[in-house]
Amino acid sequence: MITRRPLLAALATLGALSFTGPALAEAKTDFKVAWSIYVGWMPWGYANDAGIVQKWADKYGITIEVTQFNDYVESMNQYTAGAYDAVTLTNMDGLSIPAAGGVDTTAVIVGDFSAGNDAVILKDGATVADIKGRNVNLVEFSVSHYLLARALESVGMSEQDVKVINTADPDMVGAFQTPDVAAMVTWNPMVAEIVTLPGATSVFDSSQIPGEIIDLMVANTEVLADNPDFGKALAGIWYETATLMVADTPEGAAARAAMGAASGTDQAGFESQMAATKLFAVPGDAVAFVTSPDLGVTMDKVRTFLFDKGLLGSGAPSADVIGIELPGGAVLGDAANVKLRFTDAYMKMAADGAL
Amino acid sequence: MRLINIRPTRREQAILACIPFVLLVLAYVAGSTLRLADNPADKLLPALTTLVDSVNTLAFIPDKRTGDYILWSDTGASLWRLGLGLAISAGIALVLGMLAGILPVARAVLSPFVAFVSMVPPLALLPVLFIVLGLGEVSKVALIVIGVAPILIRDLTITAMALPREMIVKAETLSASTWLIGLRVVLPQVLPRLIDSLRLQLGPAFLFLIAAEAISASAGLGYRIFLVRRYLSMEVIFPYVAWITLLAVLMDVALATLRRRLFPWSEIAQ
Repeated sequence: MITRRPLLAALATLGALSFTGPALAEAKTDFKVAWSIYVGWMPWGYANDAGIVQKWADKYGITIEVTQFNDYVESMNQYTAGAYDAVTLTNMDGLSIPAAGGVDTTAVIVGDFSAGNDAVILKDGATVADIKGRNVNLVEFSVSHYLLARALESVGMSEQDVKVINTADPDMVGAFQTPDVAAMVTWNPMVAEIVTLPGATSVFDSSQIPGEIIDLMVANTEVLADNPDFGKALAGIWYETATLMVADTPEGAAARAAMGAASGTDQAGFESQMAATKLFAVPGDAVAFVTSPDLGVTMDKVRTFLFDKGLLGSGAPSADVIGIELPGGAVLGDAANVKLRFTDAYMKMAADGAL
Repeated sequence: MRLINIRPTRREQAILACIPFVLLVLAYVAGSTLRLADNPADKLLPALTTLVDSVNTLAFIPDKRTGDYILWSDTGASLWRLGLGLAISAGIALVLGMLAGILPVARAVLSPFVAFVSMVPPLALLPVLFIVLGLGEVSKVALIVIGVAPILIRDLTITAMALPREMIVKAETLSASTWLIGLRVVLPQVLPRLIDSLRLQLGPAFLFLIAAEAISASAGLGYRIFLVRRYLSMEVIFPYVAWITLLAVLMDVALATLRRRLFPWSEIAQ
């Protein structure tokens, strides 16, 4: 006969082993970073290929493994499950996925905000008001959904005036060409392709809500607190690569061409996407952006949207359930449950040349 | 007594059958407890109470936005697509399978083509289907038909061909026409097989349904799973997976019962 206790212990071990444990906070030297294809995140992949990651990791005596995910959602889920120490995501997804999943997350780098990369596109329509009564294809609960809500708000309508149909992002371009699609919200590179199709008009885009869709590099707060060198290395990598990326030099052009090729377009295509992105290549600009009071206003809109959609947890009594800490220490929402933190610490070090 | 000769009683059988299920639940609870001890808001392996709450919300509390009961409206949408897909597949298979099984001329025309089509991976066709048939219900049902019908046709053709040749000859000596032989000799013997084939195709049919719903939909079991996947909402995904499995098992049992009731003679043949 097998006694019960060893069996239970074995089962517990089995159960624990079959799932990756949460990233354990302690001083360590090996770090894992996940990123996915998007214009504002391509520098991470390029920095890895060009040896910039290696250079900064060596400087701080650590190793950083940079992994590209073909699936953005999967990269965030892996980070939330604890398999990665840092990940690229948007301010909205940072709040609704890791923060709502109880993983205390800090935005180390504010890389850029979307200034036209996300758009509401209508077939045979000229203004946002023409969307009334139509089916709208988009990735439900994504920044596209948020953009739609803001677009409808801008003309005094609400989501009741349209019908949202969840559609996978790889199929957007194909879907737009089918007769039953009349309106769509998506992001680049799909937007660039769709607006060239006959009958397509972009009626609202993210340049009309500047600074609201923010692309970040976030890291696990505990890991960061125990290993500030990891944050410094990330800042070093970002600003060296971003400076190169915007440089009007042959090296800069080569970097843009490489990033374009890696994201499935070419240098010209990539530069047009960069034009629709407000990239923070100068650390001082990013510091000014996160310390401005506008960030609090934006995050308030975002959390209200997420709460309305039930994405802050099914039992959430109000949008205050998750605390969002802004640079300077002010907290939006529950100060006892801060799970998303914005900080200018690492970007400021870069601005001061203290890396 | 040798191990090979130990036979469990009915009651013992029932208890033994429960063991793997109990082990699965225990492993889940152990893993979940460990993760929740680390991070009380962990979403990967929610506690059993969270799962129960979630099922309660999904099944018995109307959604704030639409006023629907989410689980039931999703189930309705999915079963409608699945049922339609399987019914159309079965209809096509019955006609074409019988034709190819009975008539050598029809077989010469159909068999190579059906064999070819049955090898097309349906999921690889999905992007094409969506562009040709649109994002609505038609493309979802079509995917199920394309995935399931060729297999059913081939199976029925083989079944019809495997009928004893003597039986057909006997019917001919009794002056039955081709039509009558098809209707009275072949049909009653392939119909039970059609139901059994359908049972075997339930798994693939669900696979195609979920794949189609993941791409574009506004309701359905697959739609919900892929929607909340974005939020790592395992408290929704686990119950949905269990529910889909249960639905498939129930449909399997229902089809088996239907076959026994409608075609009692098929029991003797087996």
